[in-house]
Amino acid sequence: MNRSLIDSVGAGGAAFRSYAVGFVLALVLTGLSFALVMSGVLSRPATLIIIFAAAALQSLVHIHYFLHLDMSSKARWNVLALAFTALVMAIFIGGTVWIMYYLQYRLM
Amino acid sequence: MTNHAPTAQLAQVEDLRQEALTNQVFGFWIYLMSDLILFSAIFATFVVQSHSYAGGPTGKELFHLPYVLVETLLLLFSSATCGLAMVAAQNERRALVLQWLALTFLLGLGFVSMEVKEFHSMIAGGNGPDRSGFLSAFFTLVGTHGAHVFLGLLWMAVTMAQVGLKGLSTSVQSKLMRLSMFWHFLDIVWVGVFTTVYLRGVLQ
Repeated sequence: MNRSLIDSVGAGGAAFRSYAVGFVLALVLTGLSFALVMSGVLSRPATLIIIFAAAALQSLVHIHYFLHLDMSSKARWNVLALAFTALVMAIFIGGTVWIMYYLQYRLM
Repeated sequence: MTNHAPTAQLAQVEDLRQEALTNQVFGFWIYLMSDLILFSAIFATFVVQSHSYAGGPTGKELFHLPYVLVETLLLLFSSATCGLAMVAAQNERRALVLQWLALTFLLGLGFVSMEVKEFHSMIAGGNGPDRSGFLSAFFTLVGTHGAHVFLGLLWMAVTMAQVGLKGLSTSVQSKLMRLSMFWHFLDIVWVGVFTTVYLRGVLQ
């Protein structure tokens, strides 16, 4: 009975394989970011682009493999709430950085 | 015929239970999303303040990446062990749930201890949150995440006690699920923190 309860929910359910795959992917992406910055093999802009892409990808890995969010009908509202939050975050962070950058630019 | 009525009723009760559980998880998910918006405000503030050194130390001078890597691995391993606790809960193995949660707790405690030590040595060196705009934003962002992890540890201790005392009842399973969502969520926020604050800070 409890098994079906946990399986029914979408977010937060459990499967060993999923955690193992997610863990290895997260480990690789974290290792890549730290290795690039600590070794300094690439130029600064290239390193920045790769570490932020790796962070975005790792967030998706955690959401998919650890939180088990997908487009199944059980989790659809969770995904919609997440998508809306991502939009708010993009406006929030992007907008703040944009405005403050130009403020600084005009004050110089 | 007489046997059918109770079975149908049981099925109905089961449906209602499932729906209640789905709603609890969705409600908690909405909380996590609002927490994410709180974090995005603090991230935005940090990015704006990230060059406001006021003659104080830069991230490059303050941050020690191998130390941050150990913190990151502690949290990542704790996310995995938390997942294993959930797998054990699904298989209804109470002792195993408690073992994995205890390991998750210790890894989380290690993370918080390392962060407190880092804060302490920075403040003792005269580089507290009052030193510069950059450091105010640093302590706010990293401190808010650390406070979340600390509260997560308290919550985990309470949940472990419930697993121990009440066993894996439906309500305890439901609590475990929300705890694991919270814990995985904090690890996702940390991915943003180590990239934005530490890695980008060292690259400046």
